Amino acid sequence: MSSAIISRRALLRTAAFGAAGASLGLGSLRSARAADLVVGIVYVGARDDFGWNQAHAVAIKALKEVPGVKVDEEENVPETDAVSKSMESMINLDGAGLILATSFGYYKPFVVDLAKKYPNVQFRHAAPLWNKDTDPKNAGSYFGYLNQAHFVDGVAAGLSTKSNKLGFVAAKPISIVLSNINSFLLGARSVNPNAKVQVIFTGDWSLPVREAESANALIDAGCDVITCHVDGPKVVIETAEKRGVKSCGHNASQAPLAPKGFITGAEYKWETIYKGYAADLKAGKTLPNFLVGGYEKDFVQNTPFGAGCSPEGRKAALAAIEGLKKGKPIYVGPLKDNKGKIVIDKTYDNLDPFLDKMDYLLDGVIGSTT
Amino acid sequence: MSDAPLAQSAPRAVVPAAAQIGSSRWRSDAEYVVIPVLAIAASFLLFAVFLLAIGKSPVEFVSLVWRGGFGGAFSLQNTLQRSSPLIMTALTVAIPARIGLIIIGGEGALVLGGFVAAALAVPLIGVVPPMPTLILMAFVAMIAGGVWIGLCGFLRYARGVNETISSLLLTYIGIAIMNFFVEGPLRDISNPNKPSTKPLPDSYMIGSMPGTSVHWGFFFGVVLCVALYLLMSRTTFGFAARVTGGNFRAALAQGLPVGRLIVACTMIAGACAGLAGFFEVAAIQGRANASLAAGYGFTGILVAFLARQNPLVIPPVAIMFGGIVAAGGLVQRRMGLPDATVQVLEGLIFVVLLTSETLYGRFSIFKPKGR
Repeated sequence: MSSAIISRRALLRTAAFGAAGASLGLGSLRSARAADLVVGIVYVGARDDFGWNQAHAVAIKALKEVPGVKVDEEENVPETDAVSKSMESMINLDGAGLILATSFGYYKPFVVDLAKKYPNVQFRHAAPLWNKDTDPKNAGSYFGYLNQAHFVDGVAAGLSTKSNKLGFVAAKPISIVLSNINSFLLGARSVNPNAKVQVIFTGDWSLPVREAESANALIDAGCDVITCHVDGPKVVIETAEKRGVKSCGHNASQAPLAPKGFITGAEYKWETIYKGYAADLKAGKTLPNFLVGGYEKDFVQNTPFGAGCSPEGRKAALAAIEGLKKGKPIYVGPLKDNKGKIVIDKTYDNLDPFLDKMDYLLDGVIGSTT
Repeated sequence: MSDAPLAQSAPRAVVPAAAQIGSSRWRSDAEYVVIPVLAIAASFLLFAVFLLAIGKSPVEFVSLVWRGGFGGAFSLQNTLQRSSPLIMTALTVAIPARIGLIIIGGEGALVLGGFVAAALAVPLIGVVPPMPTLILMAFVAMIAGGVWIGLCGFLRYARGVNETISSLLLTYIGIAIMNFFVEGPLRDISNPNKPSTKPLPDSYMIGSMPGTSVHWGFFFGVVLCVALYLLMSRTTFGFAARVTGGNFRAALAQGLPVGRLIVACTMIAGACAGLAGFFEVAAIQGRANASLAAGYGFTGILVAFLARQNPLVIPPVAIMFGGIVAAGGLVQRRMGLPDATVQVLEGLIFVVLLTSETLYGRFSIFKPKGR
């Protein structure tokens, strides 16, 4: 696969700093413990997955450009004690002073326990989980609220659909995913009150065959825009393109996969966070413990509009982005779930922790969380 | 395996009878050490060619594997920790192999064992003290794993279902059962984004062995290996099992309880994987979730084959694998190689080792003299 080749080249380039170590000998490896800061990054999957991990890996480049910072990356680290051992190995063998743990399941117990064990090392984890009362002070969270970008997707999709039926292929019915589905619906409804979102849960983060089947089933059911929340959106987007329907992306840019039907996509902008960290480190400041946000903090973005986006959709989406930057709320209450129960009693701010506990699909979504 | 012709032409040494028997024994045993060692050496050589082909230094690779897996207290503990689930899942393959069954579904038994242990703990926390709770958890984990793999053995004996296929397919069912409960009835709602059972409090977790960061699973794994070695090679049960493995019909003709032997062996095997699942929950995760299916059951197959299904050889082989995996991260970071590199090495070891099976009996040097 060509992406593998690209990745190897990218790896070679990024590993150039390791050239000192490459000259070999156990003694010279020790010298990696220079005065510089070593930043260890662990990924749960491959760095070229067209999704979550790639979004991080692309952004990590911002850290690599900071003088005196060495980046130490490890991919395909499962959410078991393997991750504590990988992080510990970065600390003990590479002298890492900052660890960025990029997968949800790394946090408890692994990051928390290691932060207690290594009080002089800073740990930051990519999900809003850090609790200032119970968790160590050298740990922390950073996160982008991608549902804001899915809202923008919804706006663009709502004005690019003809059948008013939008399809959503989702992995698991957990809060983060549900929030993306609901925001996508609310975005579409904000410009097209007849829009409906039909969702299929595949059951796991990476099931390419089932993702393709789900996309096909949604298209057969009349959906003419398909989007998704799975680890690697590649299959879903390619299936939609092949079937001649439009698509919205997720996590990273999938625009090249769908030259005809791509509308826009929800992307993280981890770069902003990592650049901020780099600036803090350069200035000798301590990193913030809790750093979350969406459009208002430039932590998320939308993929440049593709050929599938209607001109009205483009205009409305750009307006929606402006609104989100000013903090315009997505969840304007009261809102009912698709069983008729009022689940959002009033209007909530976009970052309100109440929304982090979402376990329902809003009225207008066809599908079930169970 | 038939004798190779060159064995016949080997010169015969004239030695006294007693010494001859001793040296014969030594010679034929040496075969089981020399051939795997040569196979591993050959796979490392092949891997070195692979590394050179992509422009990397094999010397650096070996030194990094040493440093990341074995050189120093931290690396060594890292290795032992990673090897402990492999020891138990390798037993899941090795024990049925003695009775002639190839079981590759240890992953499912591990996941179910871990899940059942975690689920049982939920109502007991705060009611029953930690020690009895843990013992009970370990017990039900072993039962769950034992029933799961025992089912494959039973189906094999009673219905002639291929145990390799059934154990593999049951793995997916086992994982699906866990996911169903973890995402449904037993889900801890305080953890909205990673479906898990309710966590064990710290006081209910198994600690590390004194003076190390390695959990007790390693110790119990080694004990289990020794115990099962004795069971399979020093008891009538083990003898009967091996006879059955050697010739099923002959065992039946001898009146051996073949069905019971098969079910017993597969249940013991499953119990080992279940226990590995228990340690994953009680020593590491503290809860059951999708992370239990981390592939230990599958790596265990490699370990068992590499150990030639001998329980006593499993711990050193598992430590070697644990070390390679432990060093994998360092190799990735320092050499800029993708994670799959270590899998290439594991794959090479496995293929070369299976190929080397054909070499047994083909070297005259290992032949007992005077035959």
